[in-house]
Amino acid sequence: MYINGMSNISAQPDDFLTSAEIIDIQGNILSAVVRPYRELIKPMLLRRMSKAVKMGIYTAVKSLSRSGLECPDAILVGTGQGCMQDTEKFMQQIEESKEQLLTPTSFIQSTHNTVSGQIALFLKCNGYNMTYTQNSVSFESCLLDAQMQLELDEDIQNVLIGAVDETSEKFTGFQKLDGQIKAETILNKELFPSSSPGSIISESAAFFSISREKTPRSLANCVGSKIINEIQSSEIEEKVVEFLSEFDLKPEQMDAVVLGNNGDHRFDDYYQILQQGIFNNILQLNYKSLTGENNSISAIGCALAVSVLQHQKIPKKFRANSKSASKFRRILIYNQYLGRNHGFILLERP
Amino acid sequence: MKTVVVTGMGIVSAIGSSVTANLQSLQNNSDGLSKPDILQTGHQFPVGEIKITDAELLEELKLTASLGITRASLLGIKAITEIFENSGKLADNANTAFVSGTSVGGIDKTEQYFDLFDEKAALRPYIQAQHPGYTTQKIAEYFGIQGLVTTISTACSSSANAIMTGARLIQSGRYSKVIVGGSDCLTKFTLNGFNSLRILSDEPAKPFDRDRNGLNLGEAAAYLLLEAEDATSDQRILAKISGAGNANDAFHQTASSEDGEGAFKAMNKALKMANMEAQNIDYINAHGTGTQNNDLSETNALKRIFKETVPKFSSTKGFTGHTLGAAGAVEAIFSILSIQEQQVFANLNYQNIMEDGLIPVRENRKHQVDHVMSNSFGFGGNCTSLIFSKHE
Repeated sequence: MYINGMSNISAQPDDFLTSAEIIDIQGNILSAVVRPYRELIKPMLLRRMSKAVKMGIYTAVKSLSRSGLECPDAILVGTGQGCMQDTEKFMQQIEESKEQLLTPTSFIQSTHNTVSGQIALFLKCNGYNMTYTQNSVSFESCLLDAQMQLELDEDIQNVLIGAVDETSEKFTGFQKLDGQIKAETILNKELFPSSSPGSIISESAAFFSISREKTPRSLANCVGSKIINEIQSSEIEEKVVEFLSEFDLKPEQMDAVVLGNNGDHRFDDYYQILQQGIFNNILQLNYKSLTGENNSISAIGCALAVSVLQHQKIPKKFRANSKSASKFRRILIYNQYLGRNHGFILLERP
Repeated sequence: MKTVVVTGMGIVSAIGSSVTANLQSLQNNSDGLSKPDILQTGHQFPVGEIKITDAELLEELKLTASLGITRASLLGIKAITEIFENSGKLADNANTAFVSGTSVGGIDKTEQYFDLFDEKAALRPYIQAQHPGYTTQKIAEYFGIQGLVTTISTACSSSANAIMTGARLIQSGRYSKVIVGGSDCLTKFTLNGFNSLRILSDEPAKPFDRDRNGLNLGEAAAYLLLEAEDATSDQRILAKISGAGNANDAFHQTASSEDGEGAFKAMNKALKMANMEAQNIDYINAHGTGTQNNDLSETNALKRIFKETVPKFSSTKGFTGHTLGAAGAVEAIFSILSIQEQQVFANLNYQNIMEDGLIPVRENRKHQVDHVMSNSFGFGGNCTSLIFSKHE
C-alpha cells in the first residue's frame, strides 16, 4: 500500500524531518508544538477540542489534502493512552463533586475513539472507522488492519491512518513514579548515551493518506508490518531476520534502519544488539532525543523513513552511526516500549 | 478468502459465570440486575454487577495482587479459561493471535489509587493499568500468547470490532487461530459519565419500550475462539461468522442520528459480505440500550434495512445491563446460543410500543434460527453489525 501524503506534529518544528535545526528542550515531559489550527478548524469547534483531537484533526486533514483526497474510505487511528486530558478532568470532577451530577463534556471526549470519531465527523465520512490502543503498537495495529482492508474489501481504495497521544498533568506525572520518566532532568539532546532508567515523555501526532494503487504523489510503499508482543532481547536479531525473510530480504539489504532508542538503559539493549549485530554496517537513525517517547511515536519514526525515501537525504541530527548509503530504497522501522509491544514496519521507495 | 468459524466460547456476566449458566438465565427470564455492592459508589442505580470480588478472582485464578492486575483482566482470564476447559494454557500459543476490546480497561484501579500513587510504592504497578492495552497484556501474559496482541477501543462496539478484526486475520490467511472478545468492569468513571449524560435508568431498562428512560450499566468478559474452517474439525464448530460490517454515523460524538445512517450502513455491509439478502436473517440481537436516542435510531435503521418484514429481534441488555466494551462479545455468544438452541430470547421489561415502533420478542421461544445479526453501536458514531450462521 502506498503513502501519498503525510503530516505530523511533535515537540519539534514543522519541518524537523528535513531541517538541520535542533530544538533543545529541557525537561522530561515534552509538549507538542502548537500549530495554526485555526487555518483548518473553526474557533468555535477548536475551543471544545482537547489537544489530541486538535492534533489528530489537523494532521489528518493536512495529510489528506497533500495526497489530493477529501474523504477516505476508512479511518484508522492508534492511540496508546487516548484522550487523557479529558479523562483526568472528569475523574477529578467525580472526586471533587463526590459523584454529584456533572456536566458531560469531559466524559463525552474521554473515550479512546474520540479522535477517530471526530475526524469522521469533521470530514463527514461514513466509512469504516477504527481505534487501536495497544501501547507502543497502536499505530502498527492500524497498519495491519489497513493492509487487510485493502486485501479483502474491494470497496476500500483509500485509507487514512495515524496515531496520536497527548500528555496530561497528573496521569503523565504518575509515569515519574513508576520509572517510565527519568528521575533526573535532562536536556533532550543528551538522552544518549544513558545509564539510567526511564525516558522523556512527549506528545505527538502523525497521519498518512494511503492508497491501494500507486499514484503520481506516492512517497513510499508500505510493504509490510508486524507486531510481536513478547521478545527476549537475545531473540531480537532472529525475529528481525524472520520478519525480513517474509519479503525475501536480508538485513544487509536495508539502506537504513530507524530505531526507537529512548535512553532507558533497561530496554535500549534491544536496539543496541541490532546496532552492533545485523545492522552494524547499515546506516542507523534515532529520533527520540528530539521528539521524546510516547505510545504513538513510532508513527513519527515512520514519517522520518518516508521523508528519507522521498528526499533521498538525511539530516545529520538523526544519524546514530557514520555509515552511509548511495540511494535510499528500503528502510526498516523498529520500535518497542519497556521491552514489550514490538513493532516492525518495512517501507520501500515507490 | 478463508471461512471463519467459532470453536469455543467463554463468558462471565451478571447472569452467570459460564456459557451454560448464562443460557439458563436467558431461558428462565432471570436478569442479573442489582444495586452495586462491589463497586464503591454513592449511586444506587441498578447495575449488572458480577458478584465476585477481585480478591476472590485472584484466589480462583491463583494470581497475586502484586502483579498489578485489573478487574477487567481477571474477568477476561476467567472467561478465556472456560474456552480451554480450565487448563489455563493454550495448545498452540505461538500461532494464536489475541484481539481484545475494552472501553475503559483498568481505569477502576486509577480511580481507586489516584491519590495514593504518591505515597504507596506498592500500588505503582497499577499506574500503567489505566490504558486499555495493559488489560489485554495481562490476559496475554497469563495464557502465554506472545505474537500478535492488540486492543480495540471504540466504546460500546469495542468487542464487536475485535471479533471483526480477528475474523479478518483468519480470512486473510495470516492466522488460523484467534482469540477475540472483550472485557469491561463497572467503574465510578463510567457510572458517573453515563449519569452526567442523564441516560441511566433508576429501574430495570426497557429497551424499545415507549416509556424507556435509560440504560443500566453492567460488567462482563466474553471471548470466542475463532479458527479457519479448513484448519479445524467439524465437530468442534459452533457457528460460522458470515458477515461483519462497520460504518460511522458521522453525526455527533455521543448521539445517534435519527435515521440511523451509521447503523444502516453497517448492517448493509455485513449483509453484503455474507452475500445475503435482509430476509435471510432469522433473528437480530439488537444493540437496544433502552435510551430514547439509541432505540429510536436503531428502530429506524432496522425499518430501512428490513422494510415491512423485520425479523424477530430483541435486546438482551435487560439481562446483563449494558456491558460497554464487552457487550458485542457477550451478545455474539448469545447469538450463537440462539442458533444452537433454535430459540430467540426475550427483550425483558417491554410493555408498550413506541410511536411507529417495532415489537421485540417478548418471551423466549423456539424459532428456526440459521442466521443471526448482532448489532453494537458506540460513541464516536461507531456502528458494527455481525452475522453468525449455523454451520452446515
